[in-house]
Amino acid sequence: MASKNDIKFLSSPKIGSERKKYCRFKKLGINYIDYKDEQFLTRFLNEQGKIFPRRLTGNSLKFQRRVAQAIKRARHIAILPYVTDLLK
Amino acid sequence: MQTKNFETVFIFTPVFKDSEVKEAIKAYVSFMKEQGAEILEEDLWGLKQLAYPIKKKTTGIYFVTEYRATGEVVDALELKCRRDTAVLRFLTVRLDKYAIKYNDDKRKGLAGRNRKKAAAPAESEENAESAEGAE
Repeated sequence: MASKNDIKFLSSPKIGSERKKYCRFKKLGINYIDYKDEQFLTRFLNEQGKIFPRRLTGNSLKFQRRVAQAIKRARHIAILPYVTDLLK
Repeated sequence: MQTKNFETVFIFTPVFKDSEVKEAIKAYVSFMKEQGAEILEEDLWGLKQLAYPIKKKTTGIYFVTEYRATGEVVDALELKCRRDTAVLRFLTVRLDKYAIKYNDDKRKGLAGRNRKKAAAPAESEENAESAEGAE
């Protein structure tokens, strides 16, 4: 008969448990988000050029605000589009 | 009156020739100096594709400048920009302490896209940024 030890690893214990999200700015100590850096900002945009919500990016409120502000500035100076398809 | 650090991005019309661009930039920079601004950085990006057409133009000549001045200088500068038909778009941003540090590091080649350390793709770049921010 299978004891408790035998069935322990039949399925990976990691399956089903979500990875904890974190704020990359806090973790990496980035204080300033450059609105002129197009490549960096596109990470926070979907294909239509919309800003990803915090629940997907894991950003803290403080940095989500700064990201949003930077993206809006980039849009104004035509570095990023307001509306588009197939941005990536 | 208190002086603060500002950064202005100009987008000039692509119709400009190189010499005309230089002239226009010279005019703006000397205007700012006249008004009492201390220019910290002048960066001409050159002709760049716009993400969307502005005034039926699909490209523009980007010029970025960082300076230290009072708010009145900014008012005067923006008024000049609005009157100038050669300027498609402009954006003035007040820099906070982190932005000033970032720009300083960028000038020394420690931050930004063209930093001296290996220009590797996305992931390693993030790590490098963290190292610089952690100081």
